[in-house]
Amino acid sequence: MGKIILYTILLLAGLAAPLAVYPVFMMKLLCFALFACAFNLLIGYTGLLSFGHAAFLGGAGYVAGYLMRDKGWSPELGVLAGTVFAALMAWLMGSLAIRRQGIYFTMITLSLSQMLYFLWLQAPFTGGEDGLQGIPRGHLWGMVDLSNDLNLYYTVLGIFLFGFWLIHRTIHSPFGHVLRAIKDNEARTISLGYDVNRFKLLVFVLSGALAGMAGATKVLVLGFETLTDAHWSTSGLVVLMTLVGGLGTVTGPILGAFFIVILENKMGEIGMAISRASGVEWFATLGESVTIVTGLIFVICVLMFRRGMVGEWLHRASVKGSP
Amino acid sequence: MDILGIPLPAILSQLLLGLVNGSFYAMLSLGLAVIFGLLNVINFAHGAMFMMGAMATWMGLTYLDLSYWTMLWVAPLLVGLVGVAIEKSMLQWLYKLDHLYGLLLTFGITLMLEGIFRSIYGSSGLSYSVPEGLQGASDLGFMVLPVYRTWVVVASLVVCFATWFVIEKTKLGAYLRAGTENPRLVEAFGVNVPLMVTLTYGFGVALAAFAGVLAAPVYQVAPLMGSNLIIVVFAVVVIGGMGSIMGSILTGLGLGVIEGFTKVFYPEASSTVVFIIMALVLWVRPAGLFGKEK
Repeated sequence: MGKIILYTILLLAGLAAPLAVYPVFMMKLLCFALFACAFNLLIGYTGLLSFGHAAFLGGAGYVAGYLMRDKGWSPELGVLAGTVFAALMAWLMGSLAIRRQGIYFTMITLSLSQMLYFLWLQAPFTGGEDGLQGIPRGHLWGMVDLSNDLNLYYTVLGIFLFGFWLIHRTIHSPFGHVLRAIKDNEARTISLGYDVNRFKLLVFVLSGALAGMAGATKVLVLGFETLTDAHWSTSGLVVLMTLVGGLGTVTGPILGAFFIVILENKMGEIGMAISRASGVEWFATLGESVTIVTGLIFVICVLMFRRGMVGEWLHRASVKGSP
Repeated sequence: MDILGIPLPAILSQLLLGLVNGSFYAMLSLGLAVIFGLLNVINFAHGAMFMMGAMATWMGLTYLDLSYWTMLWVAPLLVGLVGVAIEKSMLQWLYKLDHLYGLLLTFGITLMLEGIFRSIYGSSGLSYSVPEGLQGASDLGFMVLPVYRTWVVVASLVVCFATWFVIEKTKLGAYLRAGTENPRLVEAFGVNVPLMVTLTYGFGVALAAFAGVLAAPVYQVAPLMGSNLIIVVFAVVVIGGMGSIMGSILTGLGLGVIEGFTKVFYPEASSTVVFIIMALVLWVRPAGLFGKEK
């Protein structure tokens, strides 16, 4: 019951958000939230730490952007193509990465995404260091004009809700229970007769495809795609978002993504304020060195706050509930 | 004499450059393997430590007028102390948890260190000239051999094999290997395992800093010089497997040479060739070249 109330409030907040927040910023938040939720499917529910998810965000963004700008594809087909492409990449990357366990899995995903980064850097259609610029928003189904921010906002909200619903559905399905069993004890799951590698590959493809959907949608919103999206630092950022919000919680990654993106955007102002208050001039430059702050949050989270915001809240609630 | 239309001296000089890169890969993957063996932590900060070694060398010369030869041992010592501080204050609380937290912690530390150096020195490179005594090149007739590059390869080989010797052939190394197998049992025999763990981390990190000092005159000294390198080193570690010291050294050198040859014959692929080899190895032999199937 409590859950339904919570989701209803969140949905209403999502519908009403453009009244209070600049729609483009809100859409960016939703894209990163979907990205983090997709990532959480792997680390939170299957126990696989991928350090290469930027490949899907960036790769899908490039493909969708290229098709929509240079080939004149409609936005719905562009996003779909980006998603399918990300799924294909995830299938290739996943079938290599699941051949090794634990920390090796992480290093393989990181290396493969770095390889793709160099491919995007050199590929003729990505614009190299400049990126893809001036991608048109077009008309959804040929009717709805997406250059209107509100129209686009509700489209993006729809895409986000679809992705979130799919993840929610996956987690609570029998498939999701097998994933959790793999996370808790892989050897035992194998001995119970499950083809663990098949499950791992499937969830990797699902996670990659949804991350790609987030990337393609982001391109539609912002109208450009750059190498930053495909860089390893973006892979690190999505880990941080999920960690801050709470690994393996349904709503945690959304909260985490909002927190990190807003923090990145406001860092300059926060630095200025600290600088004025403390009189130390160095803080004024904090906006240019966001990585110091993100790194610090990483360290603090890993050392003292491993449950994340939502995880901590759930933990306190359950401790209170069972005296 | 030409091979496939490319003059031999050009190939040989790329081979030497490949060996230089390879010796950095070897030293870094060796340090990663030693740390992983005892601490069960993949040290993402290894690249940042490499960068700090190079940075310290540059700062030593610029601010304190300390020569390359002084920094060659001072920089690893300083960075090693930083490593000891990191292990004592943060890493040691994570050993009972999943591997991934060690990686995430060191990733966070990397972001902070790089951010701090970048906020002071910017992202562009600082140049460090080749020290006196190692400048110039000697003409061997069939190729020109730059003295400094030769020195880098020789110095790193000596350090790598000394490390191999200590770990595989001495009593200290025997404690270390025993600690890797079963730390609790070794502790029961009266060996101070926590101290050993701290020193191992400090040593692994100092090795990265040593590589950084060697790299200062070869590459541009820049805050981000370590992070791109470390990802290649991860691929090297996946290819070689972390179980064998000699395996790490050989894989590192070999991949450096292959990368060097790629630069000659198909430059477009030179930044991706190590990753492609990693994918192939995973396809054919998932446990890695020197790894054991578990």
